[in-house]
Amino acid sequence: MLPGWVIIVTSFTYLGILFAIAYYGDKRADAGRSIIANPYVYSLSLGVYATAWTFYGSVGRAASNGVGFLPIYLGPTLMIALWWLVLRKIIRINKVNRITSLADFIGSRYGKSALLAGLASVIAVVGIVPYISLQLKAVSTSFTILLQYPQIIMPIKLGAVPVLSDTALYVALLLAAFTILFGTRHLDASERHEGMVAAIAFESLVKLLAFLAVGFFVTFGIYNGFADIFARAAANPKLLPLLTPLDGVAGSYGSWVWLTILSMFAIMFLPRQFQVSVVENVNENHLNKAIWLFPLYMLAINIFVLPMAFGGLMHFPQGTVDADTFVLTVPMAERQQGLALLVFIGGLSAATGMVIVETIALSTMLCNDLVMPVLLRMKMLRLRERRELSSVLLGIRRGAIVLVLLLGYGYFRLAGEAYALVSIGLVSFAAVAQFAPVILGGIFWKGGTRMGALAGLSIGFLVWGYTLLLPAFAKSGWLPISFLEQGPFGIALLKPHQLFGLAGLDEITHAMIWSMLCNFGAYVGVSLKSRPSAIEQAQATLFVDVLKQTGESGGSRFWRGTASVPELHALLGRFLGLERADEAFASYARQHGSESINEIKADAALVNFAETLLAGAIGAASARAMVASVVEEEPLGIDEVMNILDETSQVIAYSRKLEQKSHELETATAELRAANERLKELDKLKDDFVSTVSHELRTPLTSIRALSEILHGHPELNISERGKYLNIIIKESERLTRLINQVLDLSKIESGSVEWNITEVDVKGVIEDAVSATSQIFKENNAKLELNLSEIVPMIRVDRDRLMQVVINILSNAVKFCDRQAGLVSVRLRRNEQSLRVDVHDNGPGISLGDQHIIFEKFRQAGDTMTEKPQGTGLGLTISRHIIGHFNGKLWVESEMGKGATFSFTLPLKQRLIPEFPAPN
Amino acid sequence: MISSLIRGQRLIALFLLGCLLFNYPLLYIFNSKSQIFGIPLLYAYIFAAWALLISLMAWVVERAGRKDSKD
Repeated sequence: MLPGWVIIVTSFTYLGILFAIAYYGDKRADAGRSIIANPYVYSLSLGVYATAWTFYGSVGRAASNGVGFLPIYLGPTLMIALWWLVLRKIIRINKVNRITSLADFIGSRYGKSALLAGLASVIAVVGIVPYISLQLKAVSTSFTILLQYPQIIMPIKLGAVPVLSDTALYVALLLAAFTILFGTRHLDASERHEGMVAAIAFESLVKLLAFLAVGFFVTFGIYNGFADIFARAAANPKLLPLLTPLDGVAGSYGSWVWLTILSMFAIMFLPRQFQVSVVENVNENHLNKAIWLFPLYMLAINIFVLPMAFGGLMHFPQGTVDADTFVLTVPMAERQQGLALLVFIGGLSAATGMVIVETIALSTMLCNDLVMPVLLRMKMLRLRERRELSSVLLGIRRGAIVLVLLLGYGYFRLAGEAYALVSIGLVSFAAVAQFAPVILGGIFWKGGTRMGALAGLSIGFLVWGYTLLLPAFAKSGWLPISFLEQGPFGIALLKPHQLFGLAGLDEITHAMIWSMLCNFGAYVGVSLKSRPSAIEQAQATLFVDVLKQTGESGGSRFWRGTASVPELHALLGRFLGLERADEAFASYARQHGSESINEIKADAALVNFAETLLAGAIGAASARAMVASVVEEEPLGIDEVMNILDETSQVIAYSRKLEQKSHELETATAELRAANERLKELDKLKDDFVSTVSHELRTPLTSIRALSEILHGHPELNISERGKYLNIIIKESERLTRLINQVLDLSKIESGSVEWNITEVDVKGVIEDAVSATSQIFKENNAKLELNLSEIVPMIRVDRDRLMQVVINILSNAVKFCDRQAGLVSVRLRRNEQSLRVDVHDNGPGISLGDQHIIFEKFRQAGDTMTEKPQGTGLGLTISRHIIGHFNGKLWVESEMGKGATFSFTLPLKQRLIPEFPAPN
Repeated sequence: MISSLIRGQRLIALFLLGCLLFNYPLLYIFNSKSQIFGIPLLYAYIFAAWALLISLMAWVVERAGRKDSKD
């Protein structure tokens, strides 16, 4: 026998301990020695995710569909892997802007919009109330069951109870009182509740230990471990489907995925999760530990769920005991009085933890984002003139807490029996998932606008209401059930569970698909179509670029106007109390190097400071309105905001430009270095050229001088000797003249100072003239000449004399090098498609491959010039190549040793004379 | 700064790994009647994969955290 007073005393003792912890936590926080400033407490406080729904409901769900409950914990594990990117950013935004709740966050992001924040609060309250009623139901059910100990009787069999003797009502009122004590002892500017967080962390420990204890008892006390339970389950044909649940009792893979996504959003956007993970966060580095500790917590609390579900199913005859109560009823059936009590406390801690945090979060939202903005706008209340408003604020919050809990109780009374625990929770999850597009979009995409957020949120919420909330009402009997089965007014396309004929899905998946589609689509679509106002632009930048900003200057960049310190001080005093306002201004003075409050300058930074401080108490939208009422502001136009934003982007642009310039500089340096190298090379070439020319000049000069000296010193020489010497002198002088002419010619061509006399020229005629000009050398060398010229070739535009010079040069070379005994030179002229080609072949010794390039260079000749007497100046081919090059043609040689050589050149038929001379190859 | 960037990327990679582990093709393979150490294969797989994912996450953040404090 477990008397009622034992249960009640134990419960109150437990709540007393909780309160002691919270009280101690607050005291320590006031003393500046926070007990929650460590990552373990932070991770444990995140365990508020595991509510009575986890504690009792997981086993219930597992009993009907195996692993189907797991996505609710796997999703958060996946999301937490992204926390480093996502939640860290949200925490930072929150700290900079002193955001107090989820609704405040959304309103603040989209231009401090009171409308949007209000809408978000309504969604949160409507979405979460069923969830709160779920906790009340769990506590009252478990209490009622435990009261029947040792019998196990389901509460439903006990019949309906009148409201005044309903435990759930007292639970609700008790929790309301408790939450008021916890959450609204005083009005904190930062809206943080250290004591509450400490108590929540403790509750997380208690529920985990209680659950592990009962799990251990069932698995190892009643059965012989995991394997034993599963072996017995496998032997039971009724339990067989639970062993391969996917695509069976646990639903399709699709609903598995959607449930995972749903829980991913829930872990971020449930108001209580936002409260503990963002608002109550002390240090963003605590995320490091939480990233793996919190998933570990979820893993631990789920290990025994499946064994307990199977244990319960095998323990009780089918259908007699609700699977949602297995956690409690199995130890009761085993007569484990103490364990049953521990389980009850565990369930109580799971439920109270959730209710406390959730109602605090919701009451903050209701007060700051719904009630205050309305009250401040109502002129007849004269609220703006009241000297002291902090008590009003506290009163509103307390009222909101009671209201939320009574709403929860009301829902429990009216609709609570329609659903099992898990389904109610999922409906709430789907409601808060509607926040995902506007928040995630808001922190990563500057383009999201207020209109877009309003559209997305409202349509998502409407679709959620139509596909999940109204059906729940219909099932509870508030609406005719035909609404569900035939659709409204008998329109089958509008059936809430098969909207537009989308059938074959479970209701959560169906609702998620439609609401996310509409929500996301409207958010993006309307955002792209609407134009953001100045303040929206400014807030968007503050939020999206929060990790790039340093210091707390934040919003002050976007403010201009005049303010007075006493007025701001008075404003803060009205909402926070004079004492706190004094403290805040004094610390501001210290930070800005002023001696006292009187020396503070009323500049943009101070206004921004006051506004964020006020935002911590009454939300961003109301704070904006209040501050605007005491300071004279010059509204910043959209252009000015854009300019301020531009300054930032300009700095970035400058640094980019700088980078580009330095890159250009590097390129220029490299180019200069290359040019310098080339100049050095050219200088060396010039030196080489001069010395070669001098050498070439000296050879004929030396022989002229030597022979002249002989003639001068030996007057006795006979006439024929004399004639011979004179002949040599004349030849050498001619060679000298030729050499000098060619050097001049080359330098003229290279410097581009040659005058080209371009006319229509018949190449055939040029070749014939050149042949007759060189006929004398042919005779001297006993060489024969073969001409093989096409009959008609088109005229081309070149300089006739220069072309003649080239042909003569090639012909005389050919003669010089052709066979001594039977010299043969053949000349061929052909027309190709685009050009004329001239080949001059000789039957000389040929030119080695290595020499084929050299012969076109200055003063270079094939063969060994040291041993053989040079047969030319060594400039002829160089000049020829330059000339042909000038006509856009090519001059080259093909040769094999022993088979003679062929010099060829081509001239394009259509001349495009370029003004400057092309660089030699 | 660089280590935090790498940590972020590693965690994203783990997120993708998790999406893979807890999704259709792999789950389908393990959704069978066979058992491992007396535990249904699917249950064993999900919990093992979950534990693996958590330990990898712990490894990524704790390792990088130590490096940060050394610097």
